[in-house]
Amino acid sequence: MPLRAKVASSVSRTAAALSRAAGRGDGSVIGGWIGLKIDPDLLAHLSAGRAIALVSGTNGKTTTTRLTAAAVGVLGRVATNSFGANMPTGHTSALAKAGSTPYAVLEVDEHYLAQVLEATEPHVVALLNLSRDQLDRAKEVAMMAQLWRAALVRHTDVRVVANADDPMVVWAATPPADPARGINPPHVTWFSAGQRWHDDSWVCPECGSTIQRSGGQWWCTGCPLRRPEPQWVVEDEGVLDPTGAWHKVSLQLPGKVNLGNAATALAVAAEFGVRPVDAVSRLGIVTSVAGRYAQVDKDGRNIRLLLAKNPASWLEAFDMADEAPTLLSINARDPDGLDTSWLFDVDFAPLRGRQVLITGDRAYDLAVRLDVNDVPFQHVRTFDDAIRSVPPGRLEVIANYTAFQDIRAELDRVN
Amino acid sequence: MSTESLRIVWIYPDLLSTYGDRGNALILARRARQRGMPVEVLEVRSDERLPATADIYLVGGGEDGPQALGAQRLIADGGLHRAVAQGSVVFGVCAGYQLLGMSFFAKGVQCRGLELLDLQSDRGPSRAVGELAGEIDPRLGLPALTGFENHGGRTHLGPEVSPLARVTAGVGNDGATEGAWRGKLLGTYSHGPALARNPALADLLLRWATGAHQLPPLDDTWSDRLRNERRAAVAAARA
Repeated sequence: MPLRAKVASSVSRTAAALSRAAGRGDGSVIGGWIGLKIDPDLLAHLSAGRAIALVSGTNGKTTTTRLTAAAVGVLGRVATNSFGANMPTGHTSALAKAGSTPYAVLEVDEHYLAQVLEATEPHVVALLNLSRDQLDRAKEVAMMAQLWRAALVRHTDVRVVANADDPMVVWAATPPADPARGINPPHVTWFSAGQRWHDDSWVCPECGSTIQRSGGQWWCTGCPLRRPEPQWVVEDEGVLDPTGAWHKVSLQLPGKVNLGNAATALAVAAEFGVRPVDAVSRLGIVTSVAGRYAQVDKDGRNIRLLLAKNPASWLEAFDMADEAPTLLSINARDPDGLDTSWLFDVDFAPLRGRQVLITGDRAYDLAVRLDVNDVPFQHVRTFDDAIRSVPPGRLEVIANYTAFQDIRAELDRVN
Repeated sequence: MSTESLRIVWIYPDLLSTYGDRGNALILARRARQRGMPVEVLEVRSDERLPATADIYLVGGGEDGPQALGAQRLIADGGLHRAVAQGSVVFGVCAGYQLLGMSFFAKGVQCRGLELLDLQSDRGPSRAVGELAGEIDPRLGLPALTGFENHGGRTHLGPEVSPLARVTAGVGNDGATEGAWRGKLLGTYSHGPALARNPALADLLLRWATGAHQLPPLDDTWSDRLRNERRAAVAAARA
């Protein structure tokens, strides 16, 4: 590593430690920010000599990254940005903090995938899904798919592990080859993790025709784009690998969506030569991820935290949550997106029959939505009021990003 | 109003539903049912024929590509033009508002609109993203408009339409006026579920559709609180 990079890396670690000691944060961003100021190529320098996997998509990145790091851990030490700090500053911090490791598994914000592919030259990149998320400032879905596609054309040596169930991902992962100019299609391994949310992929990104769906399959009615045959498939409480062997997956994380994330993790680890039979038991050690799925006992209530940031992830959260009193909390601060319109893309009907409490900066937006949805609810001002309003036992908490962080802070930043 | 029930058509949810546009159909249907009106909501996808006999048509927001495609298909279909000729109500939001006009820009190209409203849209110097508020045309007798806008367009109104509102916060058409209306056609840049924050506007569309001069009042406690909170937020941002 060049001297400048060594200095930058050392300062970066110090700043992160100071940030944690001062109680200002978990240090997962500030260290990288300072390090990159000193050496703009620090991320590339820190990546050199490591076998790296990137994990990107709208939903499930943080959990899949954690599961993948656990699976790759079969081979040796793995650096990872496990606090969800998923931009280049976070990657820089994570790699600097980890020191020298043979492997790294990095969660990447979907907008930064091209940049991070360039800097880290990964061995494999996992593409999970693309759906609407914070449209007041984020790229629209089709534009995002186009950016991924353009980035993969420039890195045809990288191995791609991609979701066969998401038409936008499939299109992004299969850029047109141009052998005359030395551009070969990337090597893609497909997994099937299911997709509950379909509203961003009714229109073919290739030709604009309607996409049809039936029995888990999908195909474009106007061009050859269709669901590829997946090599890794979720089946019952386990995962089928490309040889047809079925592996029982026992997770401590709830929901079918996390079985899909486990299948993805096994597929990515396999690209490093990890056999699923060796990795599968390690997936069970992952309990909660940066507070997601964390359970806290307080005042006789067993509080479980579920993060839901956009319509697709709300549908998954309802699937995971028990039939128990449920607190919903909505903010619309910068990290959440300022626009609450997406609430009308979510059908809250699964909550009928449960005791529903609402809170957060934008509780009134949620109130209007639930009213239209015929879901009775009670508005509470504080998290403590919410706890007092429910009987002892399970309290499910579903919140969007900053609302989730607020509640996590009330619970001593539970991980 | 058609004989059996109030028919609401949500036009092309596969193309024109970027962010919560479904809300407008849900809100209109609920407010009609609460007044004892039977309601039928039809979601018509872009590969289907548009029925010409519904009472209210909703055209939502969309990205450039789907907006251009949606306009082409609506022109080719002709159903919306027949419905308007028969006196149906049309509510257009954001991209759906622009495409009701004479022309609009998508992906840098000028596209033909449905020519139902005398207005044309082009690109502004910057994207308008944030709270939108305005005083609505007094002839419509509605309280202030509140919404969220997210668009790159600027819309120029011709003499055949009236502005929906005079802008008090945000950009709308051009920083001075917002939206447009003529007869029973109405469009706004207040995007997505615009009626969630503007229940009186929802009731106006229902009155237009049914011919009723008045509708029984509903309990709007939560939307009133939401409106007050948004008004306070806009005022605080300005202070």
